[in-house]
Amino acid sequence: MDDPVTTDAAALRVEPGAEATHIRLSGRIGVRDLPDIAPQLDAVAAAPRVVIDLSEAALIDTSIAWAIDATGRRLRDAGTAVDITGAAPEIAQTLETVAAARPQPEARPPGPGPLQALLGGVGAAVVGLWGGLVAFAGVLGLFLVRLAQSLVQPRQFRLTALVHHCEAVGVQAVPIVALMAFLIGVVLAFQGSAQLRQFGAEVFVVDLIAVSILRELGILLTAIIVAGRTASSFTAAIGSMKMREEIDAMRTLGIDPGHVLVVPRVLALVLMLPLLGLIADLAGLFGGALMSWIELGISPAMFLTRLAEGANAGHAFVGLVKAPVFAVLIGVIGCQAGLAVGKTAESLGRMTSTAVVAAIFAVILADAMFSIFFQRIGV
Amino acid sequence: MTDAVIRVRGLRNQFGPNIVHDGLDLDVMRGEVLGVVGGSGTGKSVLLRTIAGLQRPAAGSVEMLGVDMQTAGEAALKAVSQRTGVLFQDGALFSSLTVRENVEVPLRAIHGLATETRQALARLKISLAGLPWSAGDKFPAELSGGMRKRAGLARALALDPEIVFLDEPTAGLDPIGAAAFDDLIGSLSRTLGLTVFLVTHDLDTLYAICDRVAVLAERRVLVTGPVAAMGAVDHPWVQSYFRGRRARAARDAIAAQAPGG
Repeated sequence: MDDPVTTDAAALRVEPGAEATHIRLSGRIGVRDLPDIAPQLDAVAAAPRVVIDLSEAALIDTSIAWAIDATGRRLRDAGTAVDITGAAPEIAQTLETVAAARPQPEARPPGPGPLQALLGGVGAAVVGLWGGLVAFAGVLGLFLVRLAQSLVQPRQFRLTALVHHCEAVGVQAVPIVALMAFLIGVVLAFQGSAQLRQFGAEVFVVDLIAVSILRELGILLTAIIVAGRTASSFTAAIGSMKMREEIDAMRTLGIDPGHVLVVPRVLALVLMLPLLGLIADLAGLFGGALMSWIELGISPAMFLTRLAEGANAGHAFVGLVKAPVFAVLIGVIGCQAGLAVGKTAESLGRMTSTAVVAAIFAVILADAMFSIFFQRIGV
Repeated sequence: MTDAVIRVRGLRNQFGPNIVHDGLDLDVMRGEVLGVVGGSGTGKSVLLRTIAGLQRPAAGSVEMLGVDMQTAGEAALKAVSQRTGVLFQDGALFSSLTVRENVEVPLRAIHGLATETRQALARLKISLAGLPWSAGDKFPAELSGGMRKRAGLARALALDPEIVFLDEPTAGLDPIGAAAFDDLIGSLSRTLGLTVFLVTHDLDTLYAICDRVAVLAERRVLVTGPVAAMGAVDHPWVQSYFRGRRARAARDAIAAQAPGG
């Protein structure tokens, strides 16, 4: 075989001739040359005869082979005789491989129309919502049953895990919860004093702070912070175990995930959230008292007196009685989302954010229902 | 055409006090299929990761396609990475992208490539890897393990690399799927002139497609050579590996296939 003159510089020349158009490729041509070459190949018009001359080509890769193949097909379809000449054995083999592997489009089943897609989407969302509620009820039931079983058979109960989770969800959350409540107290005192001063009723700022923090804001904002912190960590921890089939392994070993994973977590939240709420109440009152003193000159002693005069124990009770309910909502939603994680990392991320949104929403919804309930019974 | 495209000299890898490789030398020739074998924990995958530039060795040099991987600048390393492809054990496909979009990722590095061309090239690579058209529109999680490996191979081949690294390409596949994957790698390396560096435990793969075998033991490459010559190597591990029951079965299967096929 005579060795063709090869240069490494890639080039493509189109030479229109009287009887045939010659397309000459030369050098080592790869996918990086394709952006230059493709428009030239596309511009080759149908002619009686087109010769693609590869005798000067040193090497082509599959993308160039594909482009040659595609051009050949396009021209043949337009009634042109196409010849590929001068291909070295390796190049001919690449061309052959690519031609053999030419992807065949498969007809996709026709998708639904826009109206159908809309209705289908709404339907799927409703069914998904219902499925989520059923799954929530399932995990809630699992938690209650396993908790009851733990009472009957205390050996099933995981005390070490409970203590560990109490530390993670309770003790470690104290700084952020206390700081948040302190700042809320400061803001309330500041804003309240500005408004009440207009009526000369500055001293009622104590009642404003006490009622709003003890009854609503202390526990609600604590629950929201815990929902963000803890529901996500429950979902991430259980979800990554689900991804690696650890939960399936537990089942085959006769270990119940409800006992090991759900009960300690949810119970830890039930025990810790009221305490965190109490800390938030105290920090909020402290922040409010401090600001009242600075801004309005209400001394701490006077603040305490006003506080004792109001029916604030009742408000604090109304606030804290909501905490276990919020705790169960947050914990069960976090565990349920973790158990719903599929096999991919992407589903873990999606379920984690879903858990946080659902937990916060559930807490606020429950709080609204508590408000109506307490208002009706006149507490 | 027997120039070395990968040249490893005096390589040492260690994790804390645990020395994995010490004074390891290895050459990989252009166009060959090299199978790297060794017992568990002999650092086969570590060697692959070191050569592919995913891990810095403690000592020694790795030269790939004429570039010294330790001293080369960022631009040179990037150029080398575009001339090599890696197939990770489970494909390592990006889970948020479809298979076609996965294969398009390396193609996006080429400026001026039209979107339709890029998609058509991705379709071509998916087809070259032996996957049907419909697989291109699926997400990695919707594919079986064998299909994910093929999709990973399609992505590794996207830029027509000169060297492909395969980390246990047939692990976790059923024997039929594994044999089909072996055939695919063999035919691609023959027809596209690929140099293949593959780490494997699979004796069938070694007998079916490897031109040469490198045995890792005692923290270095103990011996290299054609798989047929391995039975004669006087080393306990090599003896038990290549003269064991499984090796005999793989050898017999290839011998039975050769006259007919």
